[in-house]
Amino acid sequence: MKRRNLLASAAMGLLLASGASFAQGMDKVKACFVYVGPIGDGGWTYQHHQGALDVQKTFGDKVEIQYQESVPEGADAERVLTQMALGGCNIIFTTSFGYMDATNAVAAKFPDVKFEHATGFKRDSDNVSTYNARFYEGRAVQGHIAGKMTKSNKIGYIASFPIPEVIMGINSYYLHAKKANPAVELSVVWAFTWFDPAKEADAAKALIDQGVDVIAAHTDSTAPLAEAAKTEGVIGFGQASDMAAYADGPRVSSIIDNWGPYYVKRVGALLDGTYAQADAWEGIAGGEVLIGDITDKVPADVKAEAEALRDSIAAGTYHPFTGPINKQDGSPWLAEGATAPDGDLLGMNFYVEGIVGDIPQ
Amino acid sequence: MFRLEKRPTPSKFWLYATPPVAVILTMIAGGILFAAMGKNPFEVIRTIFWDPIFGEFAFYLRGQLLVKAGPLILIAIGLALGFRAGIWNIGAEGQYIMGAIVGAGVGLAVFPTESRWIFPVMVVAGAFGGWAWAMIPAILKTRFNTNEILVSLMLVYVAETILAKASTGFLKNPEGMGFPGSRNFSSYPAAQNAELIAGSGLHWGGVAALVTGVLAYILLTRHQAGFQIKLAGQAPRAARFHGVNPARLVVMCMGISGALAGLAGLFEVTGPAGQISIDFNTGYGFTAIIVAFLGRLNPLGIVLAGFLMALTYVGGEMAATNLGLPDAAIQVFQGMLLFFLLAVDVLTNYRFRLAVGAH
Repeated sequence: MKRRNLLASAAMGLLLASGASFAQGMDKVKACFVYVGPIGDGGWTYQHHQGALDVQKTFGDKVEIQYQESVPEGADAERVLTQMALGGCNIIFTTSFGYMDATNAVAAKFPDVKFEHATGFKRDSDNVSTYNARFYEGRAVQGHIAGKMTKSNKIGYIASFPIPEVIMGINSYYLHAKKANPAVELSVVWAFTWFDPAKEADAAKALIDQGVDVIAAHTDSTAPLAEAAKTEGVIGFGQASDMAAYADGPRVSSIIDNWGPYYVKRVGALLDGTYAQADAWEGIAGGEVLIGDITDKVPADVKAEAEALRDSIAAGTYHPFTGPINKQDGSPWLAEGATAPDGDLLGMNFYVEGIVGDIPQ
Repeated sequence: MFRLEKRPTPSKFWLYATPPVAVILTMIAGGILFAAMGKNPFEVIRTIFWDPIFGEFAFYLRGQLLVKAGPLILIAIGLALGFRAGIWNIGAEGQYIMGAIVGAGVGLAVFPTESRWIFPVMVVAGAFGGWAWAMIPAILKTRFNTNEILVSLMLVYVAETILAKASTGFLKNPEGMGFPGSRNFSSYPAAQNAELIAGSGLHWGGVAALVTGVLAYILLTRHQAGFQIKLAGQAPRAARFHGVNPARLVVMCMGISGALAGLAGLFEVTGPAGQISIDFNTGYGFTAIIVAFLGRLNPLGIVLAGFLMALTYVGGEMAATNLGLPDAAIQVFQGMLLFFLLAVDVLTNYRFRLAVGAH
């Protein structure tokens, strides 16, 4: 590109971007994905990328997929997003909570590009949608298995950041473990990272040293399972991805993030002209949260109970947060039979009664 | 066979030829790597080195080069002063974080007061935060003769822990619905480090980087302190006879590099990053070490090196998105640059000789 063509091409770029009106549908969509980790992390980012590949498979040459791995949350994300918008992306999926401000800032500058932010709550302009999955539903099933399986009555949780998303997972996990086994005690370790195999392994090791024999993680790598595999009798769960490679070892089940259906739906809507701003929060029922195969290490009756729990959540007959539930300090949160409103969950900043320790403040 | 022979005096030619030769070797070796991955090496190299400056979206990316180069230059200049005197501050990343926390903390403490004095005071506080953090290894070295490399590096991890604590605790946005991270400075004009000319990417950090480059150049070439720094690095004994106080030199060099890293952190948190968050630091403090050496520890060289490094970042991102290169390939490419720089650098102080006869 010659220097003198610069302004002309800049104007062209803007024209191209704005020419893509969505009301009448599009012939071809360029769908772009921003990832917080490498696509080979075997967890969170891997699953988002599987979703992207589903889009490609579904629409063939009607879509062009572009992605970037390991984008830091902050100033760099803003530049990557701007580059993508300038580069002709029609819809951009930003797949980590920390991209929230960058997504909204860039979206305001490119009103004709659609932005989809995973796990966030800000939709400052009408071209920003947010989407998330009800992972706490999967945590309920995991918690039940953990409560039944622990021999030391000590279960552990590797938490990433003290945000509502993570806290509701811990609470759901604990409540259902407690229901299955009233003697259970939960230890939470805060790793303050989404993806750092060394830190995650350290956290797992610290838990095992305390006598914990069931480990759940809310971080993205397989390191906690690899660490659990080193100690006889310790089990864990696949997180974000099935992590089936550990099925012969410590992995007894998993929560699988299944983003494919949502991505296909949104890109499809852009292609056929039915796209509209959304705030999506689907769970087991919508297929966004899958429970990975429960292995034979789990006794048949526990497996049957876990699957029944999963099916009752899917059918809508059971909500993982059903009262009576008290907060950690003993004050009442949900009355007998009441279920948690979504607003309470999305702003959750407290442990439920029985969990020991503080949420980092 | 060839053998290496020490030159009586460092080669002037290789001193200046090393960086361009290293860049060319990186392009060749990187090209082979990209070709082995099934990409067109010429397209990748063009995307990284040419497109951000002259390509289709250069109007945006040139500004981004400035955004990326600013903190690198600011930190690298401070480090270079110390490196020249043989004082190894490896912990600029930690000083960068502490500058950001202290500076942002001052601004957030008076939120939402509007006064034109807020930002200048924050700048001073940012420099102070970095300076104070660098004083820990400096004083431990002068008092107890600890190794400043280890202490400053370890303090990076302490600073990261304080950063996590700040974003989830004492600097957390009270209106952030419990999510970690401070208020965003983009919605607090008095404390914001906005672009000076819209769309140019130039903010006060970029201005500070360029001004510091000139000032440091003057310090090294025209000022007594600069002479002492160079002397202490080249001939420590002679420096002592010349009346250079080693302890004072350590405190001065660590202090300047700490303060500059703190400034870089402050400009970043109030500008491009916008807020204190758990992942606020992205490695500028470490990358600046490469920039300092790439620029031959010369302030003006560092300004150029900073832009070159920024180019590999911005261009590397372009290559990753547009050509589907994995992130790791870009990192290998950047690593090659330092590798070749150090390899070619041998030629500044040594020369190849044909080994004749027996030893």
